[in-house]
Amino acid sequence: MSVKVQHLIKTYNTQHAVDDVSFEAHAGEVLGFLGPNGAGKTTTMKIITGYLPQSAGTVQVCGFDVVSQSIESRACVGYLPEHNPLYRDMYVLEYLQFAGGLHGVKNVNKRADEMIERTGLQSHRHKQINELSKGYRQRVGLAQAMLHDPKVLILDEPTSGLDPNQIVEIRQLIRDLGKEKTVILSTHILGEVEAVCDRAVIINKGKLVADSPIEALKQQFSGQNLVTVEFSQSVNEKQLLGISHIQSVKKLGERRWQLVSDVKNDVRADVFAFAVSNQLTLLELHKEVFSVEDIFQQLTR
Amino acid sequence: MPTTALLKILLVVAAFSALMLVPRFFRSGISAIYKKEINAFFASFIGYVVIGVFLVIMGLVMWVFPDYSVLDSNYASLETLFSMAPMIFMFLIPAVTMRSFAEEKQSGTIELLTTRPVTDWQIVAGKYLACLALVVFALLPTVLYYITVYVLGQPQGNLDSGGILGSYIGLLFLAGSFSAIGVFASSLTNNQIVAFVLATFLCFLVYLSFDFLSALPIFYGKTDDIVQSFGIQYHYSSISRGVIDTRDVVYFLSIIVLFLAATVLSLGRRRW
Repeated sequence: MSVKVQHLIKTYNTQHAVDDVSFEAHAGEVLGFLGPNGAGKTTTMKIITGYLPQSAGTVQVCGFDVVSQSIESRACVGYLPEHNPLYRDMYVLEYLQFAGGLHGVKNVNKRADEMIERTGLQSHRHKQINELSKGYRQRVGLAQAMLHDPKVLILDEPTSGLDPNQIVEIRQLIRDLGKEKTVILSTHILGEVEAVCDRAVIINKGKLVADSPIEALKQQFSGQNLVTVEFSQSVNEKQLLGISHIQSVKKLGERRWQLVSDVKNDVRADVFAFAVSNQLTLLELHKEVFSVEDIFQQLTR
Repeated sequence: MPTTALLKILLVVAAFSALMLVPRFFRSGISAIYKKEINAFFASFIGYVVIGVFLVIMGLVMWVFPDYSVLDSNYASLETLFSMAPMIFMFLIPAVTMRSFAEEKQSGTIELLTTRPVTDWQIVAGKYLACLALVVFALLPTVLYYITVYVLGQPQGNLDSGGILGSYIGLLFLAGSFSAIGVFASSLTNNQIVAFVLATFLCFLVYLSFDFLSALPIFYGKTDDIVQSFGIQYHYSSISRGVIDTRDVVYFLSIIVLFLAATVLSLGRRRW
């Protein structure tokens, strides 16, 4: 278990920022940490990295408690904080060497070169961080997080402020990292979770509302099957309800209907048979797929 | 006095263990922070400005302004240097130390720094040593003044070298104390100007205020000596006489440790 969070509670004055959250993250997986703004994502990450102390509960990173074995646990974490703070007057290479020095990395120069190559900063290594665009700064932030080859990477909104091409590159990088390391990334871009993460932890108002693989999450939330169908001729509701397994119907347009059935049964074959037997022409027939957006909205409303 | 003997032994032990720490220093995070801070001083010109301003003021006072100048006073002494330097340090050292934590807090880099596998003590020590080193760099060229006055003496070399050495040691301790105060002030705020003003005020308080306080009627003629001994001035002038008294050394070390410990506490405030 690379990261183990148990009954984590963080209170500011009387307000619960994080309220009894438990989850685990394992090596070789990318965990998406989802939630609306102010849900407690960043607070949880700050506790995991040892920046803030929790009010109650325990957090273990690589088997080390983040409070009592703080230095050991910090040594195996790479952290990209929200807003990616950097020393603006330092040079890229100089900054990476500094980060390596703090972690006691041997062969700092070689390692820094590797990271520069991996994050595509080759032509910027001798530039001042000040001169870099936001996308390149984000790469510097990632490079410093990976520099000491940590087992756990905590990335707080790693793709914020990047252009679409950069987002694709960084996501690929994170996926590659996730093959061997434990990556926890927070985001409010839902497409990112689908594109990068194996598992999602969703929190809302400090409380854990979901923790499961993305696919399972989708199935779980499509508690019913929705099929949209359009005929060339008009049909009435009664006829449609006559089709087996259909629980309810909803009129969407002149000849468009939404048919609801339970998860187990795919009614499309029955709908087709119905159309044939009634000599109706099918213009459209498709099954609605629940998106992560729908799940997110349902859970965090 | 047995207590002084004990203190001396303690001091030797402290110095020895400090020496033992030197190799560890180069491997630990302290050296990484120290190097980064020194580089930052010279990358942002703060370093050059501080050294330049200090030397220009010292040069003017020592050799040009007739009221203070060595050439006009006709005495082969560095008295002017040692009486003026603390006043300049009172403003210059806060200018050196003001960014050490305030800037990190302002830019948010403190979050990354404090989540590295280094203790808060190492962070404070690295930054403190860098500030102190910069002040020492500024002080080093004044050795030229000593050589000049040495040559100008009549007969040549007719000056109190022991006293001067003592004064340099005193000045180093004073700079060390001011740096600790400055680093502490910087850790209290995320605004560099607030850090500067606060540090200057605290330096003034610790350096001079006890002397002024001792003149109050409730102390004067009774306990004014004790009140004075709380201030840096008292111990600085004591060391400047050329006698390294353990009491003065212990005083300066206590001030430094006190303010650095306060800095570590203030840095850990987020954990309260």
